Amino acid sequence: MTGSLSRDMILTIIVSAILIWIMPLMIATYTLTVLVIYGMLGLSLGLIWGFGGILCFGQAAFFGLGAYTYAIAAINIGESTVPMILAVLVPAIFAALLGAMMFYGRLTDVYLGVITLVVTLILFKFMNSTAGPQYVIGKARMGGFNGIPGFQTLNVPGDPDAYIWGDAYFYVCAVALAIVFVLVSALLRSSFGRVAVGIRENETRIALMGYDVRARKTVLFAVGAAIAGLAGALFANWGEIVTPNLFSLSQSAEIIIWCIVGGLGTRLGPILGAAGLAYLKFLLGQQSMIDNTLIMGLILVLFVLFLPRGIVPALASLWRISFGRRPLGRIHQVRRTRNREGTGG
Amino acid sequence: MDLSFVILVEMLYAVASLILIGAGLAVVFGMMKVINLAHGEFMMMGGYATITAVNLGVNVFVAMLIIAPLIVGLIGLVVERLVIRHLYGRLVDTMLATWGLSLFFIGMTTMIFGNTTTGISTPIPGFAVGSYQINGYNFFIIVVSVLLLIGILAVLKTTRAGLVARGAMQRADMAASLGYSPDRIYMATFFCGSALSGLAGAVLAPLVGLVPTSGGAYIAKAFITVIAGGPSLVAGLLSSAGFFGIVSQIFTFAISPVIGEVALLVAAVILLRLLPQGITGRFLKGRL
Repeated sequence: MTGSLSRDMILTIIVSAILIWIMPLMIATYTLTVLVIYGMLGLSLGLIWGFGGILCFGQAAFFGLGAYTYAIAAINIGESTVPMILAVLVPAIFAALLGAMMFYGRLTDVYLGVITLVVTLILFKFMNSTAGPQYVIGKARMGGFNGIPGFQTLNVPGDPDAYIWGDAYFYVCAVALAIVFVLVSALLRSSFGRVAVGIRENETRIALMGYDVRARKTVLFAVGAAIAGLAGALFANWGEIVTPNLFSLSQSAEIIIWCIVGGLGTRLGPILGAAGLAYLKFLLGQQSMIDNTLIMGLILVLFVLFLPRGIVPALASLWRISFGRRPLGRIHQVRRTRNREGTGG
Repeated sequence: MDLSFVILVEMLYAVASLILIGAGLAVVFGMMKVINLAHGEFMMMGGYATITAVNLGVNVFVAMLIIAPLIVGLIGLVVERLVIRHLYGRLVDTMLATWGLSLFFIGMTTMIFGNTTTGISTPIPGFAVGSYQINGYNFFIIVVSVLLLIGILAVLKTTRAGLVARGAMQRADMAASLGYSPDRIYMATFFCGSALSGLAGAVLAPLVGLVPTSGGAYIAKAFITVIAGGPSLVAGLLSSAGFFGIVSQIFTFAISPVIGEVALLVAAVILLRLLPQGITGRFLKGRL
């Protein structure tokens, strides 16, 4: 976290512009779009878990909620601008209420995990049972296990007939991810973000310093949910159908795996972890020798055992050790004393 | 009259199956503070072990009560040696690693048995109470779970092994200085916990169509029952299973099975909000 915000922003813009230009040459934009969306979903959990210390087992709930909100609103309204805004707001409000309930009750790690898991399950079970014709919101039928197909997909704001799809949709998603990334960076550099990291490190100390830990955690939780909701809405547009599987346990598990593999406490880690693992899964899906789930499980176990900090922090510290200028830790001292001995002797 | 008897049996059955589902997890969590998210998959493997054994011609009760717990216990032993043992005391890491294990086992089972539903018929016939039909197997499950609770209590309270295990859980360093190896005790405890999961999966197998992902249906319920039960093993399991079983059955009979499931989950959220340390964190403190 060195350097100023403006430098950070310029760097982000340059890197993402290059990536948006280069990546479609290597991977089809249809696949790439979903990788970008998963990246955003990974970032949402990376923010609240990696920087806020809130381990949410139900990030998929907000993802699914965003997707469902978009689908239902799009069917009722027939234009995509308002549904997109709703898809961000509804999960955020839901998370704020849920978070307020949990954090004002001073629930911590395991209990937090249980409650978020349970809420996801409730949504999953409920959505699965909404097959009957009595489950209607406005003009949209909930459809139970089959989900909701055939809603209005993203269009140019104000012009319902100008659909954004294909390559153009990829650019929209990628730019959205870059914007979210910059906003998250700005949030983390603000005093709110610094206090959030402080809460992660030592909740009692921050509370004794006079900050309202409960309110701050609730707000952070809601921000994470808003990002997940946006990812959900983008996913609904990409898949053109929403099903209860968005709420499934395996979806939640995958988000956590992305964060662990990519690296907690970094902004880039969860994005890279999500995109990388989703692409790996895509490649593995093309063969039938080894089951997909088996490999994902193995990856998670191996990372927890051998690289619990994730790829990005490990690479970053490797980079610092190899090329960093500031003396950091023992390796530099050893190297320096060795050099001195070399010149002296 | 007949209806109230049926409802009573159904409630007892719901409580009993929650106890059965939660027991393996409760031993591992209550004794070792390890949350085994692969618990559902251990149960699923117990079910597959039973079905495979029965198809090979073994008596169904031998398969359920002996073979399945042994096989799953051995799998648990391997898992403990390879993975869990490195993660004691790191609650979140064990959760993540065991979640990975659960995915691994799902994949493994899919590769071996295929992604199809398998099952065996219930070995005990049903009978009629007035104008209602009761599944005779429900009584078997109630009996098994009662025996299970008595068994756990007896082992922990009256045997030397139980005493040593409890001691090592409270103060591992003290147990070590008295000449017991905590490493071995943890290993044995994890074996017992896995075997209990295997037993539960095996006993419940005739009631469900088994697919490699059926573990997911158990894990949430087991997790909720154990966490809401709180620190004491038997008392917590009994109280939370009783509470959730009765709540879900009331709503099942009053409205529908789906609402019953949702009511269970909502009750769990409310209970944890009110009693964040679980039921026995507040009441019945210090009991087993």
